[in-house]
Amino acid sequence: MSLQAMTYLVVGLTFALYIGIAIWSRASTTKDFYVAGSHVHPVANGMATAADWMSAASFISMAGLIAFMGYGGSVFLMGWTGGYVLLAMLLAPYLRKFGKFTVPEFIGDRYYSKTARIVAVICLIIASVTYVIGQMKGIGVAFSRFLEVDYNVGLVIGMGIVFVYAVLGGMKGITYTQIAQYCVLIFAYTIPAIFISMQLTGVPIPQLGLGSTMTGSEVFLLDRLDQVLSDLGFADYTTNARLSYLNMFVYTMSLMIGTAGLPHVIIRFFTVPKVKDARSSAGWALVFIAILYTTAPGVAAMARLNLIETVNQPDGTQLVYAERPTWIKKWEETGLLAFEDKNGDGEIVYSADPEVNEMVKVDRDIMVLANPEIAGLPNWVIALVAAGGLAAALSTAAGLLLAISSAISHDLLKGVFRPDVTEQQELLASRIAMAFAILLAGYLGFNPPDFAAGTVALAFGLAASSIFPALMMGIFNKNMNKEGAIAGMVAGIGVTLLYVFQHKGIMFIASTSYMGDMPQNWFLGIEPNAFGAIGALVNFGVAYGVSKVTAPPPEHIQHIVEDIRVPHGAGEAISH
Amino acid sequence: MSQKADYWKANLRLIAFCLAIWFVVSFVFGIILVEPLNTISLGGYKLGFWFAQQGSIYVFVALIFFYANRMGKLDREHDVHEDKD
Repeated sequence: MSLQAMTYLVVGLTFALYIGIAIWSRASTTKDFYVAGSHVHPVANGMATAADWMSAASFISMAGLIAFMGYGGSVFLMGWTGGYVLLAMLLAPYLRKFGKFTVPEFIGDRYYSKTARIVAVICLIIASVTYVIGQMKGIGVAFSRFLEVDYNVGLVIGMGIVFVYAVLGGMKGITYTQIAQYCVLIFAYTIPAIFISMQLTGVPIPQLGLGSTMTGSEVFLLDRLDQVLSDLGFADYTTNARLSYLNMFVYTMSLMIGTAGLPHVIIRFFTVPKVKDARSSAGWALVFIAILYTTAPGVAAMARLNLIETVNQPDGTQLVYAERPTWIKKWEETGLLAFEDKNGDGEIVYSADPEVNEMVKVDRDIMVLANPEIAGLPNWVIALVAAGGLAAALSTAAGLLLAISSAISHDLLKGVFRPDVTEQQELLASRIAMAFAILLAGYLGFNPPDFAAGTVALAFGLAASSIFPALMMGIFNKNMNKEGAIAGMVAGIGVTLLYVFQHKGIMFIASTSYMGDMPQNWFLGIEPNAFGAIGALVNFGVAYGVSKVTAPPPEHIQHIVEDIRVPHGAGEAISH
Repeated sequence: MSQKADYWKANLRLIAFCLAIWFVVSFVFGIILVEPLNTISLGGYKLGFWFAQQGSIYVFVALIFFYANRMGKLDREHDVHEDKD
């Protein structure tokens, strides 16, 4: 069977499975639509959270970025896993005890203020829409390759599918669908990694293979990669820091805090039956996430080595362009991979020197999808990776769109502006909000601010600077009042947005960038993707300062805070 | 009332302990001390690189389960668990 036919078959089968599950468990009431009735087992919830969490950024994009960043790519690995520690200890159990549906609901009640709730909704929408842009980039890459069309065409098709998919079911559909998606994506990620690890090192476990010697030699794989890269004039893979250690520190912190502040992840912990389960659910989620995250470094290093050796072959010859493998031709059609025969000798040279380098464009986001083709793995493995990438991107896009639509319909419409809307009207409003969010994110996805994982990192920075500090202080500081929380959120996200927009352009439209995206203009050399940690610091500082000079929260709020600190007496999640 | 206050203090101590480990394996071993640790090797891995790309993640998983387990015990010791009526 041809690769194209095989890909259609595997992608078609997995989609039929997800949609079948979604229809089977279709949401009927608003309560089901949001939280699936609070009866999800911690292991099942952990698996669904993992699928929800691991998006196009983790699956399609991250290993590709690590492949080109080497050690510097560690910020994604530590940042996107370490946040779960914060979530499990600082937020999840208390928010579960509080027992409301959405993050803005908690903020509105804890800070006894509709204004606080509206500010939280706005922060949440800004962070989530940015996140969806990253997903759209990943979906566009996957569809363009899979349908063999230009990236922009792939993106438009992807938008349509995301819409149908997200509107079809609420969270109940999504919870069970996401368990199926997790299974598909983890197989799709690990199977090619096992094959490639076997090919290169003879060790089937990529986590160990990465630390092993190359097949038939005494040289360690990582040493070989360092050697090959330095021969071509690149920095060593294992020691190449991302800009500076300070930047890496701040970047990692920003991703960790952002993880614990993203509404679509937090909302998951409202769906477990008990406070106790909220703690272990975070642990299970991280177990399922760690399977992919500890495999990714192996995928990254091995993909880079294979890519280099395809072009600069180990026997000393260069790749002849006219004889290039099919996968290169296919990726050239998407516009995401490009060569330019600068010296006109018909051969391709890969080098760190831009004058000599003839592989002029390698979009980092193609690496994971191209990896099994580069390694010459069987067609069914390549098809599986395409299906996994789409599962990852769609599941997260759906989860985020749900968070956006519930913020608009539940928090803004029902909670603030029109408390008398009927359930049908609320559902309708949430679907319209979803459609609008997809169009906006898709439009911005034509010219994304960064590779998929980089765009998603920006979203984390925005969540880190606004939502996380307000939630944490709401639980750990009884005296935090509404004035402090509102001022903190506005200052935190304000500073972060200002920094991001001045370097990346207003709403990420590059031509409106007024300071240029270049290291010499960066504050202490910190890149915009990493700035959320600074924003969070500003948020904490401003909130604390303002709360000291304004009236303390009323007595009953202090009792609420005391109450959420103990598990006893937790009921089911309830609506206003 | 003091029962609840004691429980909260014990919880804060446990969180501080866990977050100290969280910070050390990632930020200290993976970033701040990465260069000296890289002089030690673990198979084909440089140790600092290993912490940044593998080790810290394993420790994170263990930390959450450790915390969940200890908190389960604290809930019962201080009689604030959910199963009592």
